[in-house]
Amino acid sequence: MTLPGEWEMVVGLEVHTELLTKSKLFCGCENHFGSEPNTNVCPVCLGLPGSLPVLNREAVEFAMRIGLALHCRIAPSTFHRKNYFYPDQSKDYQISQYDLPINSSGYLDLPDGTTVTIERAHMEEDTGKSTHLGGSGRLAGAESSLVDYNRCGVPLVEIVSGPDIRSSAQARAYAAELRGILIATGASDGRLEEGSMRFDANVSVRRPGEPLGTRCEIKNLNSLRSLQRAIDYEALRQIQLIENGAVVRQETRHWDENLAETSTLRVKEDADDYRYFRDPDLVDLAPDQTWQDRVRAALPPMPAERRAAVLALFAAPSSAQRDAVEVVIDLGLDPYVHAVASASGDTTLALSRAANEVAANLKSVANLTVDAFVTIVAMEQRGELSATQAKTVLGAILVDGGDPHEIATALGFEQLSADSLGATVASLIEDHPDEWLRYRDGDDKLAQFFIGQVMKLTRGQANGKAVIGELQARR
Amino acid sequence: MSEAITREEVAKVARLARLRLSGDELDMFTEQLGQILEHARDMNALDLADVAPTAHPFGLTNVVREDVVEESLDRDTVLAMAPDARDQRFAVPRIQGEAP
Amino acid sequence: MKSAVDIAADVRSGASSAREELERTLGVIEARNAELNVFLHVDVDGARRAAQAIDERVARGEDVGALAGVPIAIKDNMCQVGIPTTCSSKILKGWRPPYDATVITKIVAAGAVPVGKTNLDEFAMGSSTENSAFGPTRNPLDPTRVPGGSSGGSAAAVAAEMTAISLGSDTGGSIRQPAALCGLVGVKPTYGLVSRYGLVAFASSLDQIGPFSKTVKDSAVLLEVIAGHDPRDSTSLPEPSPSLVAHVNDGVAGKRIGLVRELFEGADENVVTCVRAAADALRDAGADVVELSIPELALTLSAYYLIAPAEASSNLARFDGVRYGLRVKADDVTSMMEATRTAGFGAEVKRRIMLGTYALSAGYYDAYYGQALKVRTLTIEAFARAYAQVDLLLGATTPSVAFKFGDKTDDPMAMYLNDVFTIPTNLAGDPALSVPFGTADEGLPVGVQLLGPGRSEAQLFAAARVLEIADGRS
Repeated sequence: MTLPGEWEMVVGLEVHTELLTKSKLFCGCENHFGSEPNTNVCPVCLGLPGSLPVLNREAVEFAMRIGLALHCRIAPSTFHRKNYFYPDQSKDYQISQYDLPINSSGYLDLPDGTTVTIERAHMEEDTGKSTHLGGSGRLAGAESSLVDYNRCGVPLVEIVSGPDIRSSAQARAYAAELRGILIATGASDGRLEEGSMRFDANVSVRRPGEPLGTRCEIKNLNSLRSLQRAIDYEALRQIQLIENGAVVRQETRHWDENLAETSTLRVKEDADDYRYFRDPDLVDLAPDQTWQDRVRAALPPMPAERRAAVLALFAAPSSAQRDAVEVVIDLGLDPYVHAVASASGDTTLALSRAANEVAANLKSVANLTVDAFVTIVAMEQRGELSATQAKTVLGAILVDGGDPHEIATALGFEQLSADSLGATVASLIEDHPDEWLRYRDGDDKLAQFFIGQVMKLTRGQANGKAVIGELQARR
Repeated sequence: MSEAITREEVAKVARLARLRLSGDELDMFTEQLGQILEHARDMNALDLADVAPTAHPFGLTNVVREDVVEESLDRDTVLAMAPDARDQRFAVPRIQGEAP
Repeated sequence: MKSAVDIAADVRSGASSAREELERTLGVIEARNAELNVFLHVDVDGARRAAQAIDERVARGEDVGALAGVPIAIKDNMCQVGIPTTCSSKILKGWRPPYDATVITKIVAAGAVPVGKTNLDEFAMGSSTENSAFGPTRNPLDPTRVPGGSSGGSAAAVAAEMTAISLGSDTGGSIRQPAALCGLVGVKPTYGLVSRYGLVAFASSLDQIGPFSKTVKDSAVLLEVIAGHDPRDSTSLPEPSPSLVAHVNDGVAGKRIGLVRELFEGADENVVTCVRAAADALRDAGADVVELSIPELALTLSAYYLIAPAEASSNLARFDGVRYGLRVKADDVTSMMEATRTAGFGAEVKRRIMLGTYALSAGYYDAYYGQALKVRTLTIEAFARAYAQVDLLLGATTPSVAFKFGDKTDDPMAMYLNDVFTIPTNLAGDPALSVPFGTADEGLPVGVQLLGPGRSEAQLFAAARVLEIADGRS
C-alpha cells in the first residue's frame, strides 16, 4: 500500500516471544501451553507470600542466543520490578529487565537489504490469562473475569526494534525474518496462533524531513497479516486526523481483525507510574566471555545464511524456486535439500518435494529421516518411482516413518525396477514392430504411444522418463 | 528537595498504592510523611554524584537454577485459598481497563 | 529453665523426652499466653505428633539432630504448611500456606518441635509489637511495657520461658531490639546466611531470619541449624552453614574491638553505663578496646526509612484480594483491591506503603530512593574502613530499656528513632547481635550490641559469651 501525498510512516516493532524452556522463568513449574487451568502453578508463580524467584539458566541461554543472532552486545544486566496492579499478575509487579538489558545495540538485515536496528532484547516474565464473562467475551462489557496463572512466569524475550521501518510490507518482512531467526535459535516455536509470539507496533506518520510524529501503539497483533493490515489502517487514520486539522493522541490501540480497524484501548495516563526499581530478590546477571562463547559456538546458522546456502545450489534460480527456498528455510527443511545435493542428487527435484510434499506434512516431519528423503529422490530420479509414486512413498513415510524401499515394495511399486520396466518395454517393441521402426527412425512422437502402453500394463505406475530412457537405450 | 509533601501528592500516592484514605487520614499522612521526608534532608544535602548506588549488600552474580520441571501445587489446594473461584480459575469482579 | 542444648542432650540420652519437654512448654503457654498475647496460634496436635515421632526415633537409636525434642516458637511471618500465617495482619487472616519456609524444614530436620506462631508488628513493621492487628504482646519482665518489636512475640516466648529458643526476623533491628528489651540474646546474621525462602518479605534486601535464646550457646546452635546455602533463595550465600558452636568459648584475647560513638551517644545514661561496662569486661578478657567514630552512621536512619518502605510497597502489592487472604467485595476489580487493602492493612503498614510508593515514584526516585542507595554505599564503605582497623564493633542495641505501651504510638518518628543503633548493620548486610549486659534503674535489662564484618558470626558469639560470663549469667 502506498500512503497518500508525501506522507511517510515510521514504524518500530516490539516483539514478545515465549521461550521454549521446560520450566518457567523463575520457578520449576512446567512451561506448557494448553494445560488444565491453574495446574502449572506453585508458590513462586502464584506470588504466595514468602516465595522467591530463581532464574532459569536455559532462559538466559535462549536470550543470549537471540541476542547473538541479532548481532547484539551482551552486557551485565539486572532485573527490575515494574509495579502495577492487575489481576493477571500474581505479585502485582512484573519482573523485567529495565535500564540494563542482557542484549542491546543489534541489527537485523531484511531480505530486501534493509537494516533494522535492534535497540534491545530483554528478558521478562509473562502474565496469567483472563477469561471474561458476560458481555461479548471481551474485556469491555464483561461483568467478571476468571484468571488462570499457568502462563504467569513463562519466560519471554522482548525484542525492540528501532523506528526504522517505513512500510507495512517491511514490517511484515521484519516480523517474518525475526520469526525465522527465533525458530532457528531454538528459543521459540514461533507459533503465532498459540500466542507464543506477539507483536506490538508503534506507528507514527510524518512528511519527509519532519521530526517524528506522535505515535500510537497497536497491541497484541498475533498474525503477520494482522500486523500488516493494522499498520496500514493506523497510518491512514493518523494522516486523515492530521489532514483534518486534528492531532494524534498518544495512546494504546486495539486491532479488530473482523472490523479491520484500530480503536482506543488505553490512553496514556499521568497515573502510569511503574516505580521501576531493582528486584532485591534477584542478583546481577553477567555472563562472562566463556559462557558467551559457549552459547555462540552452539548457535546454528541463521535464515539469511541458510537461504544463501540453498540458493547457491542453483545456477539461476527461477522465481518459483526462490519462493520454494523461502518455504524450505521458513520451515527448516533445508537440511533435506542439502543432503540430496551432497549425494549428488537432483536438487531441483529435492527442493520441489521439500517445499511441497514435506512442507504439507510438517507436523510429522520427524518421521522422515534425511537418508530416507535422499533415497526417495534418488529412486524417482532413476525412474524406479514415478512422480506420483514418489509422492505416495513420501506421504506414507511422513505418516508412519519407515524405509522407502520396503514401503515401495509393500505398495507394489518395486515391480517397476529398471529390470522389470526393461522387460516390459522389450515385449512391447516385439508386439508393435511398426511403431518401433517409426520411432527408431526419429519420430519422437511415438514415444508417447509406448509410454501409454506401458502405463496400461502397469496400471499407471511407471515413470514416463524412465520409459523414454529404456526406449532410447534400444534405438 | 524535601519540601513537605502536599495533600494532593499524598492522595495521588494512595491511588497508586490502591489505598483509600479518609480526609482525616489524608491530613495525618501528609503531616507524618512530611516529617519523615524532612528527616531525610540530612541525606539529601549531600553531594553523592560520584557514589554508586548499592541495591544489594553482597555482589553475587549469575545465580541460576537448571531448567528442570518440579512438581506444581495441587489445584484444589490453590483454589481453596482463593476468596472466589469458578471453573478452576480465580474469579474477580469486572476489570476496568487493559493491562499496560 | 533448661537451655535448648540441655533439652536436646536430655532427649537424646533418654533423661527426658520430647513429649515431656513439649508438655512443659504447653503448660506455660496455657498459664501465661492469655495475659501476654505471645502466640497467635499454638499447634498443639501437630507439636504432639512431632514430639512423639522424635521420641520414637530416639527409642530406635536414631540420631535425631542438634535440636532433638526442643520446642521452638516461630514468628508468624514464616510459612509452615497448613499452619495459619498472618503476619499479624487482617489481610492474611486465615491463610494457611501450602509450603514450608526453608528454616522450618531445617529446624524440623534437626529435631526441633515447632509449637506455634508468635505475634509481631504487622508485616514486621514496628518496634513494639503494638502494630499487631491481634493486639500487643506484653513484656514478660514487666507486662506494663512493650517487649520491643517487631519480633516481640518470639522474644516474649523465650523471656516467659515458654520455649528456650525462637525464630525472629530482623530488617532494621527486629530481633536485636526485642532481645535487648526482654533480656535475651538475639542475632541478626550476615545477609544471605539464612535462607529467606518462606519468610514473608518486608524489605527483601534487609530481611534476615535469626535466633532468640537466653544463652549465647543456644543461639549459636540454632543459627548453625538454620544457616547455609538454599537454592530457592537467589540471595543466599553460596557456602554451607559455618561452624559456630565450636567457637563459642574462643574468647576475645588479642581481638581489637571498636566502641562506636554513634552507636551509643544519645542513649539513656543507664544504657551508656552498661555499654561502657561491657567495654571494660571485654578489655578484662584480653581484648584491645578502642573508642572510634563512624560519622556516616548518622545518615543511615534516613536511608533505611526510604529503602525499607520502598521495597515493602512493592512486596505488599500482592495482597490484593485476588488469590488468597481477605477480600472486601466491590463491583470492579480496582475498587475491590482498594477496599481490601484499605480494610486489611493497619496504619503503620499503610504509612510505609505510602512512603515507599512516594520514594519510588516518578520525579522523586533520584532524590529519595536513589540517594538512599548511595548512602547505603557510604555505610558499607564506612564499616569496611572500621573493620580494617578492628575485628568487631561494640555499641548499644537500643537508646532505652523497654518502654510503656502507647509511649511512642502517636509519633512515628519517635518510634523510628528507636532503631537508630540497629539499622546500620542491616544496610551493610553485616551480622550483629544483642546480648544482655547489666540492668537499668527499674531493674529492666539492657542489651549491648556486638557488630562484625560479613560472616563473622563465630567471633560475635565468642565475644558475646565473654559478656555473658562477665554479667554473671552462667
